[in-house]
Amino acid sequence: MLGNLTLAAIPYDNPIVMGAVAFTLIGGAVVVGGITWLGKWGYLWSEWLTSVDHKRIGAMYIILALIALLRGFSDAIMMRAQQALAEGAAHGYLPPYHYDQVFTAHGTIMIFFMAMPFLVGLMNIAVPLQIGARDVAFPFLNSVSLWLTAVSFGLVMLSLGVGDFSHAGWTGYPPLSELRFSPGPGVDYWIWAIQLSGLGTLMTGINFVVTIIRMRAPGMTLMRMPVFTWSALCTSALIVLAFPVLTVTLAMLTLDRYLGTHFFTAAGGGDLMMYVNMFWVWGHPEVYILVLPAFGVFSEVVATFSSKRLFGYTAMIYATVSITLLSFIVWMHHFFTMGASATVNSAFSIATMVIGVPTGVKLFTWLFTMYRGRLRFTTPMLWTVGFIVTFTIGGMSGVVLAMPPADFVLHNSEWLIAHFHNMLIPGALFGYFAGYSYWFPKVFGFQLNETWGKRAFWSWLVGFYVAFIPLYVLGLMGMPRRMWHYNNPSWQPWLIVAGFGAVLVLIGILCQLIQLAVSIRDHAKTRDLSGDLWDGRTLEWSIASPPPVYNFARIPVVYDRDAFIDMKQTGTAYVRPDEYFDIHMPRNTGVGFIMGMCTFVFGFAMIWHIWWMAIVGALAIGSCIIARAWDDDVDYYIPAAEVARTEAARFRALASAADAERAVADNFRMRPLPELVD
Amino acid sequence: MNARKLRYAARALSLCGIFVLSGCSYLPVLAPRGPIGVADKATILTSIALMLIVAIPVFVLTAFVVWRYRASRKATYTPDWSHSGRLEIVVWVVPAIIVVALGGLVWSTTHRISPYKAIASTAKPLPIDVVALDWRWLFIYPDQHIASVNKLVIPAGVPVSFRITSNTVMSSFFIPRLGSQIYAMPGMRTKLHLLADAPGTYVGRNYQFSGAGYASMHFQTIATTPADFATWVQHMRDGHQALDPAVWRQLEKPVRGGPVISYSSVQPGLFDRIINKFMTAKAMPAKPHA
Amino acid sequence: MITRTFDDVFAPPEDHGHADSDTNVMFGFWLYLMSDCILFAALFASYVVYSHSADGGPTGRQLFDLRGTLGETMFLLTSSITCGFAILAMHRRQARQVIGWFVVTFLFGLGFVTMEVSEFLHMVAIGAGPDRSGFLAAFFTLVATHGTHVTVGLIWMLVLMVQVMSKGLTPKVQSRVMRLSMFWHFLDIVWVGVFTVVYLRSMV
Repeated sequence: MLGNLTLAAIPYDNPIVMGAVAFTLIGGAVVVGGITWLGKWGYLWSEWLTSVDHKRIGAMYIILALIALLRGFSDAIMMRAQQALAEGAAHGYLPPYHYDQVFTAHGTIMIFFMAMPFLVGLMNIAVPLQIGARDVAFPFLNSVSLWLTAVSFGLVMLSLGVGDFSHAGWTGYPPLSELRFSPGPGVDYWIWAIQLSGLGTLMTGINFVVTIIRMRAPGMTLMRMPVFTWSALCTSALIVLAFPVLTVTLAMLTLDRYLGTHFFTAAGGGDLMMYVNMFWVWGHPEVYILVLPAFGVFSEVVATFSSKRLFGYTAMIYATVSITLLSFIVWMHHFFTMGASATVNSAFSIATMVIGVPTGVKLFTWLFTMYRGRLRFTTPMLWTVGFIVTFTIGGMSGVVLAMPPADFVLHNSEWLIAHFHNMLIPGALFGYFAGYSYWFPKVFGFQLNETWGKRAFWSWLVGFYVAFIPLYVLGLMGMPRRMWHYNNPSWQPWLIVAGFGAVLVLIGILCQLIQLAVSIRDHAKTRDLSGDLWDGRTLEWSIASPPPVYNFARIPVVYDRDAFIDMKQTGTAYVRPDEYFDIHMPRNTGVGFIMGMCTFVFGFAMIWHIWWMAIVGALAIGSCIIARAWDDDVDYYIPAAEVARTEAARFRALASAADAERAVADNFRMRPLPELVD
Repeated sequence: MNARKLRYAARALSLCGIFVLSGCSYLPVLAPRGPIGVADKATILTSIALMLIVAIPVFVLTAFVVWRYRASRKATYTPDWSHSGRLEIVVWVVPAIIVVALGGLVWSTTHRISPYKAIASTAKPLPIDVVALDWRWLFIYPDQHIASVNKLVIPAGVPVSFRITSNTVMSSFFIPRLGSQIYAMPGMRTKLHLLADAPGTYVGRNYQFSGAGYASMHFQTIATTPADFATWVQHMRDGHQALDPAVWRQLEKPVRGGPVISYSSVQPGLFDRIINKFMTAKAMPAKPHA
Repeated sequence: MITRTFDDVFAPPEDHGHADSDTNVMFGFWLYLMSDCILFAALFASYVVYSHSADGGPTGRQLFDLRGTLGETMFLLTSSITCGFAILAMHRRQARQVIGWFVVTFLFGLGFVTMEVSEFLHMVAIGAGPDRSGFLAAFFTLVATHGTHVTVGLIWMLVLMVQVMSKGLTPKVQSRVMRLSMFWHFLDIVWVGVFTVVYLRSMV
């Protein structure tokens, strides 16, 4: 009746796991209790869970990412603590059974449920606003994508208390991930969580390619697109091209585990090298899927806070596009040690180093943008400068790894761990944090606290160096990755230092949580009335913060790359239109949320081999799709009169912002707000 | 600062450099004891040096612009300057030249020290077959007909030609101070050629996560003089434990690390059988399509 | 200062920038098909790699019945033509004919799926199931993925037939019919690939 699921699947006897479960449950109970106490369930349902508004979906994606960051970081600090302790006779506090799950969960969560939702969230928030659109191309599909991602993360969280998670590493190399070596439900949790969220991601990719190609405001040619939008386009294209390969790879592993096929088993004509190749054919483009949007954020931030046009826009775009293309021909550098011929290894090595060229170009482009600018060191700008320096070090260590003779002694060592964290923490996460503090006031209409933001930045930055520079040394000392225990006293001091670095990062994360709380407490004082808190350059700053549901009352015409700067300079920035029209908008729907829940049931049933429940789940998903296809009432019109009322309020706020401006000198603003045109 | 102090400082610095770069087994990867390791290390250091050509300007430029152009300083401000053909050529061409240089280096070194390429030497290479087990290492000496678990003895100055496979999941065979690792994969055979310059004891490890006992999967590599090696082989042959099918079945069982075991004889062809067992062709179960 | 009029500053109030417009949906669906192409490319590539991994078990030459497969091919190709007739009928706005041609298309598609399933069952029965070898795993996965697509297409066709009957040929229904026909032709093209790479190649 319940497949492989029995009460024995709940690890009552493991105090650490039960502690984590209790912590999660208490956290969940606090949220549920809080919503009930405030009587906000109806509001939550009608305004958020059923929303198809890209700004709300983006915000929900980022909330998901932040929760996943907390979980993924808990795993990280557990590993650092274990490795700081477990030398020689000491065995730390985690047995390998648990330690192996922790590093697998850390990688899986950080890539698929922290980084991906974060970047998709930022794309959701910024792209339609930057291109002058009223929503993404497929708002309902967007909601489905969100809920597929969210319930997949739910499956990962569930694996804490019901069964266990994979022990096979986030890359899940067979035959270790095959049934013979991993008989439990752990690998199945891993497979289904990634597979189902991957479907959501694929839909996001399609959605954003169409949005960017088809829905730009008039006048916004491709070469006038904001750089973040360009990077979102490249990332979305990479998603469309790369994710199907992951789908196939995981499906093959699934068949091995469920039907006894021999794709990747050692026996029966299986070929584990196929898995490794296919995994990285997706996996390397995935790195750029994560990094490119962050590069886009840096480009926006650096231009805005230098109060200067981005240097070398064309070079930047060519660099982004060439990175996109090159990312598909370097996958083999993840396994030079598999025994390919010297010629093959050299070819992939050179292709890898070639990617360094456009990446280097980008770094210089940002620096030349700052050159002869007026730099304002706000939190987003600090993340950007921290990124430039730190990422360069990561790039160097990466070029070392890209050379097969060096890789032969550094592969799978702590050097590798240091390297890819040195790429992805500054190269992706710092960018997401920059985007988070940059666009937060746009989405919520008030600013994030700068003091706590800067404290968070410095803790993160210093913590990063203290945590990861020792790992480079450990790599040269010959320490492999993924060791729950070791017999080498000379490694321990470095691991203790690295553990201390993790504590600094923890302080950074706490600062971010405090920042959020303080900012919400003070939101009445830090309201952004002008909608243009940072003296922005692109269209999203031309509208109110938070933007009305339709974003643009009238779609603007674009004449320049820095469309909004151009408007401010020509005095057309705050023109009140002569006339408003009815606006066509998509209607909120609960179908996306319900489909997500059905997918959760389906995934859970597949993991535990509860076939009847899987069939019910699949049929329910199918029914949702068909029911949706029957519903022709999916949109509505906002009457022109209502638009006019909303916009009138916007212009009143602008006027008071202009008054406030004249009364108090603003810390950030470089140019005074232009006189309003009526 | 006088000349003596300067000389003193230079000596201290170079000492530091030697410590970091080569002098000490504290950093085994940078203290190789064989030609392969030496080439690996040279690649690391050369690539870092070449990369500094890009990295140092980035660091300097960052520090400079951040200090010079912060808003409060009111330095030169050119809000619309966004293009310079000359600068753009420099930022594309300089990294490209470095990549070309590194590319040449990669091509030649990768070919020169390919794990599959025999090491040029007057001595006849010693073949050793390596099998990754759950979670220990079996070393078979096909010419000497002996075998050993978790202990690898090799003659210094003699190239060793390893054939490597796994009886379990994917693993990676690596002795950091001798250089270059290679995967051990079930049903497949990889090769690696190494040479120890001098006698000594070097740690070897599995570098590819392989399950619960992975952290215990290490072994001692003892490089001896050829004479001592011959003595050791003789000593092994004098032992009483043979690696027969019954013993092999015991070896297949998972053990985390475990003790060093010596085998005075090995069934010939064991290594190939370990590989081939994954390809046992069952008879065609049914007649072809009608 | 440049002087701009209202018309220079604001786009005309056409339905610009609103979601789900028909062309967007078509473009999005086309992108989906491209991603599906990559999915099949990965499956074809692995089939080619695994085609030598019969592990001593039956090979394609022993297993495949080219005549049966040729029959399947004819069914699917014909269904593509009849699907085209349905589209022509839709352009003439003849709902009944649309349904009629879809019924024919559906029957051909169903015939295809039935033949494929019976081929599979036969192979499993003689011990040549997907768990027999890497080669058979790749064979079943590639061909069954295509078959599953066809099955989904059949369900979609049923839904649209009911929609044409109940809603009539509204613009939305027409647009869905167009996408179904794109999907159906796409599956036809993929099948030609399957037939060539899997079946014909096994005879060489």
